[in-house]
Amino acid sequence: MAADHSHPPTHDSHGDASAHEHAHPDWGTYKWVALILVLITGLEVWIYYIPSFTATKLFVPTLLILSAIKFTIVVMFYMHLKYDAKLFRALFVGPLMLASFTIVGLLFLFGHLKIHF
Amino acid sequence: MATAAIDTQDSHSGAEHPPTSTGLNNTKVAIWAFIGSECFLFASLISTYLIYRGRSLVGPFPHEAWTDPATGQKFHAILNIPVTSVSTFVLLMSSLAMVLAHSAVVRGDRKSSKIWLASTAILGATFLGFQAYEFTSFVHEGLTIHTNLFGSSFFILTGFHGAHVTAGVIWLLTLLFIDVKRGLNPMKRSTSMYARCTGTSSTSSGSRSSRSSTSSSNRGH
Repeated sequence: MAADHSHPPTHDSHGDASAHEHAHPDWGTYKWVALILVLITGLEVWIYYIPSFTATKLFVPTLLILSAIKFTIVVMFYMHLKYDAKLFRALFVGPLMLASFTIVGLLFLFGHLKIHF
Repeated sequence: MATAAIDTQDSHSGAEHPPTSTGLNNTKVAIWAFIGSECFLFASLISTYLIYRGRSLVGPFPHEAWTDPATGQKFHAILNIPVTSVSTFVLLMSSLAMVLAHSAVVRGDRKSSKIWLASTAILGATFLGFQAYEFTSFVHEGLTIHTNLFGSSFFILTGFHGAHVTAGVIWLLTLLFIDVKRGLNPMKRSTSMYARCTGTSSTSSGSRSSRSSTSSSNRGH
């Protein structure tokens, strides 16, 4: 019998792609995630009103790290990237990394970031 | 001869989709590719804001008061952190409402899906209200898109974000309208779309085995 080549190679590739998908979390998980997001947001606002801390060099990096944590939590749990196929992760994280490197590169280029030798 | 069964169902959402080369729903692939491309859009806007940060020659400035040397007019620091904090928190909670709406749709819980879709749209609209208030107050305090580098980069960046939220709210309202009219059932909807695409309306709405056989028979055409 002649092999049928009239279809895409679905049965081979889909196994790899969907093998990493898992069931979505339940309401309880979403609530805990929301609580963590609320606490981090509260911490961010609280930090802003501490003059002794805002005057230090740690202020901006701390806010950036807290924002990055919130962003990661939302993407992983609320956008289900933690539970979805690896291809979705690649489609999002790849451009995100490239975009982040572009921002850092531009900040170096325009003198906002400097390396002291 | 094609005999292997094709999995045309999302393992987590229960939604069916036509057979694809990746085994994944092409719509989801497209949406994630779109979101990935959005990273570049916002990276360009954020980097523009950061590059121009602190380089405005005239005020008003985001954090410091400023007196116009020509007119003697005094301008306060522009940013209102409490308002911004509340509005971003509202937007954060809209993501919770959205994921609960998605969960309700997947479960087939129409009452909850309507409540959470409406909640998400309301929270998004609330954020837009805060942004409209913020923009209006900034203009009244002397900061427009033409005033200085801070004004230009700030209004462009946050304006693009607001435009995205606006599109999202409109999209949510259309989903809510569909949910009220006939319900959002991803399985039925995808199946009927699949049936329309492949002309198998009478055989593609059953169990996984019937879907597999339908897929196999279609591939032989």
